[in-house]
Amino acid sequence: MKDFNYHSAKDSKEASKLASSSSAFLAGGMTTIPSMKLGLATYKDLIDIKNIKKLSGIKVSGKSVTIGAATKHVEVSNSKDVKKAIPSLSSLAEGIGDPQVRNRGTIGGSIANNDPSADYPSACIALNATIHTNERKIEAAKFFKGMFETALKKGELIEAIEFQIPEKSSYQKHPNPASRYAIVGVYVAKHKGDVNVAVTGAKSCVYNDKEMSKALSGNFSSSSIDGMDLDSSEMNSDMHASAEFRASLVVTQAKKAVDAC
Amino acid sequence: MGKISLEVNGRKVEKEAPDNTLLSTFLREHLQLTGTHIGCDTSQCGACVVHVDGNSLKSCTALAADVNGSKVTTIEGLETNGKMHPMQEAFKKLHGLQCGFCTPGMVMSAVDLLQKNKKPSDTEIRDWLEGNICRCTGYQNIVAAVKEAATKM
Repeated sequence: MKDFNYHSAKDSKEASKLASSSSAFLAGGMTTIPSMKLGLATYKDLIDIKNIKKLSGIKVSGKSVTIGAATKHVEVSNSKDVKKAIPSLSSLAEGIGDPQVRNRGTIGGSIANNDPSADYPSACIALNATIHTNERKIEAAKFFKGMFETALKKGELIEAIEFQIPEKSSYQKHPNPASRYAIVGVYVAKHKGDVNVAVTGAKSCVYNDKEMSKALSGNFSSSSIDGMDLDSSEMNSDMHASAEFRASLVVTQAKKAVDAC
Repeated sequence: MGKISLEVNGRKVEKEAPDNTLLSTFLREHLQLTGTHIGCDTSQCGACVVHVDGNSLKSCTALAADVNGSKVTTIEGLETNGKMHPMQEAFKKLHGLQCGFCTPGMVMSAVDLLQKNKKPSDTEIRDWLEGNICRCTGYQNIVAAVKEAATKM
């Protein structure tokens, strides 16, 4: 791994002040460190944000669950408050990576990285999340821009993610049998008035499937999406699953999610 | 370059190390604690698992700098007065290893499991060991060893 300067920031202000075009924020480091070791990313400065107290913690109000950006996956999965307010979010966190990743990895890191098969971005889309940064609030629908790409500007730091508590919800994924990454993951959330069907793993970036959302908003039953023939032209195709198989998996996992609601 | 202060296996250590030093490198090359193994070096195999402040992590995917000030336990820290830890005894008794390369990480990960779940089921043990890969045993005896250790811890 190439050399860099390590900094530990005390607050968001110091963190963004240290940021430059050749720096990265370090939270759990579960993607940042492997990417640097493989030479896929190099930085002059790594700014550790784990010790910023304000960035950790979980708050539940009547309508929303707000999770600090540096909160670890294990803290989300173990939180009784999250389990009570949005059980599907707690089980999603419990299914990320392995125990050692969950002991280190953070929600903010997962979202900022926006891996096409990451679990948390689907939760943001399905649960109409608002991403709070040190500069502004961004709606999840406008946050995830493309493969590993977000609306974040250089030096902009995610501070918290605010999820809207749905009436019912469930996250179901078809994991790769070896790596356990989601080949396809579907997060279904029924809110007052509409239904979101957020899909991860299928395309280059997480998205809300409008066709299934519409069908389920009319009739919230797995029968209303049964046999739906999704357009697979933009879906990923690789050694693990063809685009056609992914299209079929999206429907299967969505049905499972609706039935589990 | 920065100063790394840790408590490793109950002993306070303070050493200068370059900022890009991984925790695994710090333990093996700066402290000569070579029981922590480097297998894949890409955070998949789990041979490098150690405990930091009571939780297991993959030491090849953490910087020494970002665990500065923590308490670290490695495989060398499990024994008491020359007596093996019950988990090590169980791995030995039930042949939970063949070549032994993955064993330090397997044992550290399994000890963390039993700290959090005193009586895990087979499924819970297998789920927990998802991040530890063994290419010899086929896992049967590893799971049996963890169950045996659960009765002794």
